[in-house]
Amino acid sequence: MQFSRVAGLATLRRLPLTRLRNVLRRFGIAIAFALLLVVLSVLSGSFLTISNLLNIARQVSINAVIAAGMTFVILAGGIDLSVGSVLAFSGAVIAGLLAAGRPVPVGIGGGLAVGALLGLVNGLVITRGRVQPFIATLGMLTIGRGLTLVYTDGRPITGLPDAFVWLGAGEVFRIPVPVLIMMLVFLASYVILTQTVVGRYVYAIGGNEEAARLSGVNVAAYKTLVYVISGVVSAASAVILTGRLNSAQPTAGVGFELDAIAAVVLGGTTLAGGEGSIGGTILGAFIIGVINNGLNLLNVNPFYQQVVKGAVILLAVLLDRRLR
Amino acid sequence: MPSVDVPLLEMKGITKSFPGVRALQDVSLEVGAGEVHALVGENGAGKSTLIRILGGIYPRDAGQILLRGLPVEVASPTHARQLGISIIHQELNQVPALSVAENIFLGREPRRVGGLVDWDEIYARAGRLLADLGVSIDPRRRLGTLTVAEQQLVEIAKALSADAAVVVMDEPTAPLTLEETERLFGFIRDLRARGVGIIYITHRLQEVFKTADRVTVLRDGQYVGTYAIAGLTMDELISLMVGRRLTEKFPKEDVPLGPPVLDVRGLTVQEFFRDVSFILRHGEILGIAGLIGSGKAEVAHAIFGATPLDAGEILLDGRPVSIRSAADAIALGIGLVTEDRKRLGLVLSMSVRANITLPIIRRLAVALFIRRLEETALITQAIRDLDMAVTSPEQIVRNLSGGTQQKVVVAKWLQTRARVLLMVEPTRGIDVGAKVEIYHLMVALARRGVGIVMVSSEMEEILGMSDRILVMHEGVITAEFPRAQATQEGIMASAAGRVRSAV
Repeated sequence: MQFSRVAGLATLRRLPLTRLRNVLRRFGIAIAFALLLVVLSVLSGSFLTISNLLNIARQVSINAVIAAGMTFVILAGGIDLSVGSVLAFSGAVIAGLLAAGRPVPVGIGGGLAVGALLGLVNGLVITRGRVQPFIATLGMLTIGRGLTLVYTDGRPITGLPDAFVWLGAGEVFRIPVPVLIMMLVFLASYVILTQTVVGRYVYAIGGNEEAARLSGVNVAAYKTLVYVISGVVSAASAVILTGRLNSAQPTAGVGFELDAIAAVVLGGTTLAGGEGSIGGTILGAFIIGVINNGLNLLNVNPFYQQVVKGAVILLAVLLDRRLR
Repeated sequence: MPSVDVPLLEMKGITKSFPGVRALQDVSLEVGAGEVHALVGENGAGKSTLIRILGGIYPRDAGQILLRGLPVEVASPTHARQLGISIIHQELNQVPALSVAENIFLGREPRRVGGLVDWDEIYARAGRLLADLGVSIDPRRRLGTLTVAEQQLVEIAKALSADAAVVVMDEPTAPLTLEETERLFGFIRDLRARGVGIIYITHRLQEVFKTADRVTVLRDGQYVGTYAIAGLTMDELISLMVGRRLTEKFPKEDVPLGPPVLDVRGLTVQEFFRDVSFILRHGEILGIAGLIGSGKAEVAHAIFGATPLDAGEILLDGRPVSIRSAADAIALGIGLVTEDRKRLGLVLSMSVRANITLPIIRRLAVALFIRRLEETALITQAIRDLDMAVTSPEQIVRNLSGGTQQKVVVAKWLQTRARVLLMVEPTRGIDVGAKVEIYHLMVALARRGVGIVMVSSEMEEILGMSDRILVMHEGVITAEFPRAQATQEGIMASAAGRVRSAV
């Protein structure tokens, strides 16, 4: 009896702290983001202006779109390291088709098909070939880059029509087109993950693959699907980047996988799979973008910027582990 | 020898809660030097939790641990070992790829000057330890190449090498043959003679009477008492463990049996079982008993399509069917409640809602979009029908108690309107109250005409709930008992494969 009373008191005392912890766990990233905005607007007068905020959104859009696909993959318990190479090859194919005079929809369709195909190969190697996702997509990272170099002969492809360039550099009512594309991708991802059977299965496979299989889920098919999704959105980000640069660069997208993974993890999705949200990912992408932008505005040496960015990501994830 | 009035080990007033469940409430355990102390209780009684606290795996919420009269804080498994507490776990914590000797000295390898591992010393010492135990295992062999029984002996050697004052053995005889068990009892006697205190956890009550000096009984996380073996009978011990008469615990009703629903013929999976045939009728509860390794759980997995069959055919309501995957089985109206709900039965990171509708979510969707209202109605109904202790359908399953988790698993298969339900260890690790509720559910399902195959290692459950009982031994059905003729002794004998040679 005595012991249980002691235990009871201890729980009582711990209660407000537990509640604070719950709030932090659920909204920690949003709170961190808000704090970041406040700090930067105090430090730099030019930060909190409409044009700068739209600028940030535009810069974020490419990474955010890739990170949306990466969220599917990581939720399902995988990882996709090939996104940067898939972006480069899709971009090259789009530019190649357009430079050869094909209509814009054909170019874009070709690029998205290439993204889907490379994603499908990733998925099949992982599910049918039983290769670890890390290794399978690492292979595709190299293959995709090689294909890009072969296709472009190592030179940029230029001479793109204005209608296409508008997708990367244009605006609608002052809102950059890439930002609109990003919003579209996130809306679709949100609906799929929260409202459809596909979303349920993705969470179930990432949470417990064996239990999902024993519940009748076609695990191989849905695992493959997430890599196809990742490939397609990587190609979509190729549309933005190629349009923005008005050319396809053979070295485009190098290292993009790491920023995308960082955005997903910052957004609270666990690398083990099964837990996380697409809303967290877009916040994660914006935190990275805002840090980049803020450090630029504050004239921080670009060499140091990398250190700061990495440290912030580690700090956020460490804090998240503590709260769990 | 320590003085008589100070016990070697005392655990006093130990209390421990997990989210949603009180695992231990004011539990005590006292072990003297040179004593074999049995720790018994049903599954979920809290034995493992108590031992994990002793071993530094879980922190306790309240209570005290005294070693030779002095309070200690066991901070980690390594620390426990330094204190002289050695635990031989149920699931062996060994590294199959390393040698026997490396496993014995894992984390505390003898070193040479400069920090390099002293291999000669490791092999020599491991060899001596094994020789002391009277076993001939080459310390250089890779552990993975040993039999389970030999691995168990290595684990015991490891415990001894640490100069343990207290040795905990958690179900040590489960994987052992009769001869190996006898040899283990020999080691236990040696240890006792050396003044080591031994905590012996087992479900096999005969072993308690054979080896132990005293026994502590736990029930539903509560301390029932500590008794001298000399003044105790088996029946008394059982009623102390169960806390009520068995008949009250099992709500079995006689349901009129319908035509055969499941008819399996000559099922064989070479690795696990051979030529298994039986007929299950609508409304029948068919128990399958057997020891660990008898292949009984694998039969259920194979019928469900989770393990591919090497031979045999399956008829459902008289029609031959081909079941190649869980999806096939579900489509045909077969459900599987697995023995390991955390690893196989549930997605712990998902909500109660998502778990319950996982097998039928396609049926609830139009063009992949989930009809949320309809889903909510189903879930609400299930939560009410099964009287689940959840605060909302969105509660994450990980945070529920074992009993409620098991109800989620059952609820999941109720949604599929299964005509055959394969239940493997349906009440493992849940408290007595939740067990009885699961039994009530089984009866209700049988009344609706569902055929139930209940694979279980719990003798009382087999005897209490089955219309008919099959017994398996080493992958073969060795006996069949109608409910009226089933006895614990008969089932045990068949399970041990001694039905013809003995008597």
